[in-house]
Amino acid sequence: MKSRWSEKWIYWVFRITTYFIILTISWIIFDIVIKGLPVISWEFLFAAPREGGTKGGIFPAIVGTLCLVLGTILIALPLGMLSAVYLSEYAKPGRFTRAIRLAIVTLAGVPSIVFGLFGLGLFVIFFNFGTSILAGILTLACMILPTIIVSSEESLRAVPLGLREGSLALGATKWQTIYKNVLPYSVSGMLTGSILGVGRVAGETAPILLTVAAFFLPKLPGSIFDQVMVLPYHLYILATQHHEMDLVRPLQYGTALVLIALVLGINIFAIFLRSHFRKKYKW
Amino acid sequence: MIFPGPVKDKLIKYCFLGAASTSILIVLLIFGFLGKEAVPFLREPGLGKLLDSRWVPVSFVQERFGLLPLVTGSLVVTMLATLIAIPFGVCGAIYIAEIAGSWEREIFKPFIELLAGIPSVVIGFFGLIVLGPIVKEVFGLSSGLTALTGALLLALMSIPTIITISEDAIKSVPRSYKEASLAMGATRMQTIIKVIVPAALSGIIAAVMLGMGRVIGETMAVLMCTGNAPMVTLSPVEPVYTMTAVIASEMGEVAFGSEHYRALFWVGLVLLFATFIINYIAQKVLHTYQQR
Repeated sequence: MKSRWSEKWIYWVFRITTYFIILTISWIIFDIVIKGLPVISWEFLFAAPREGGTKGGIFPAIVGTLCLVLGTILIALPLGMLSAVYLSEYAKPGRFTRAIRLAIVTLAGVPSIVFGLFGLGLFVIFFNFGTSILAGILTLACMILPTIIVSSEESLRAVPLGLREGSLALGATKWQTIYKNVLPYSVSGMLTGSILGVGRVAGETAPILLTVAAFFLPKLPGSIFDQVMVLPYHLYILATQHHEMDLVRPLQYGTALVLIALVLGINIFAIFLRSHFRKKYKW
Repeated sequence: MIFPGPVKDKLIKYCFLGAASTSILIVLLIFGFLGKEAVPFLREPGLGKLLDSRWVPVSFVQERFGLLPLVTGSLVVTMLATLIAIPFGVCGAIYIAEIAGSWEREIFKPFIELLAGIPSVVIGFFGLIVLGPIVKEVFGLSSGLTALTGALLLALMSIPTIITISEDAIKSVPRSYKEASLAMGATRMQTIIKVIVPAALSGIIAAVMLGMGRVIGETMAVLMCTGNAPMVTLSPVEPVYTMTAVIASEMGEVAFGSEHYRALFWVGLVLLFATFIINYIAQKVLHTYQQR
């Protein structure tokens, strides 16, 4: 009798803790959606901020964030995919491969603020790009490179060995095999995995803080050497540095909601794509 | 074709090799550039300054760049967050891996991964507006921005990491262990606690350490919610200043090349080494259980 009672008791401990986590997540999301939704309007999304950020919209910040995301993809995606192809198709076990793997693991663990310091030291000061979109893009690209490599490699390894062996046995060269028999089946997986990583870029603040962000700049960027406003930094400023913090509380919630929607939108799009492609290729 | 087949193949291989080497290059550049900006501090005013017990970077009398308050600040927040996150993360992982019905698993897993996608600045914002006042009320403090507030948020942020990796470890325990235990007459919970969890323990420890690595490097949530007062304290309800927060909040205003600037790069170096060591150990532990 006693053991049955403790069985139930332990079961409920596990269950309640899990539900508690789920409820906490829901609480955060609901709080921001409910208080943010009334703020969202045509003007809020498509107008520049006015009167020191107390009125108007967040359009320049949205554009700035999209610029950073696109730029980061353009640089990190090809580099990450090529690295993944090397690791999965060419690399032989040895010191050099181990060094690459150690570097990837190390990069994945570097705190984002340290990437900010690095970007400041290398791109902003040493290369003299100044505080600019370009410096930010390069910093963020270094940051998400490991995520892209790991997920791309996973999708390359999912292609059955038989496809490669069949092609090689028919006399195709290594590159022909990769190009015709491996990449076509893995490229979709590589892309979706990478998009999941890129979602993080849109919400990242710390590296941007030191390399890109403009405090208040109600115009759109003209070139990649300009500073821009970005959503996460805009939210940080509104919430902690603004001179009329309580007055702009609704704008804070609105910005937070747009930011969450953007990041989760990117992620959900990737998950959707992934399930679509998974159905297409089944081994 | 300009090149004969084999030569072309070689060239392409070196293209891929070059791309793969950039990771190594970036790591070297990170250590190199942090070091380059930090090292001149050793000559003037000397390493001793970093061992001071106070952080007073701007002063008319004497500037002091002691890392001690920042290191203890980061330690207090990280330890507290980890202590809070372990029971939730591990119980959650066990529930999702072993107990949950299929519909619960289908919903909970992506939902918890969703949490990992919420930007840290949004979590920090929530902490500042909602959680801070609650902490203030509950403990009767003058300000809700304390180490505890930051730790609660960081615990929440490290839970997805802990759950995802622990669940993996629990799932990779061979089925035969579980079946043997059940066949001997053990109940389901006895099997989970006495057989499955011990078998997956190294994976769970690695998961907790990777979560810790994420917590110690987290910037925005602590910057917004821990009060940013450079005090040496171990109390969870006092404000603290962490290494990440000090870089984020002071780097923008500092004069290029000044002592303060170089001291901030030292903070970055200490942070980098701390996370490097934590992650390195976690990876080692992870490998031992994956090879089994």
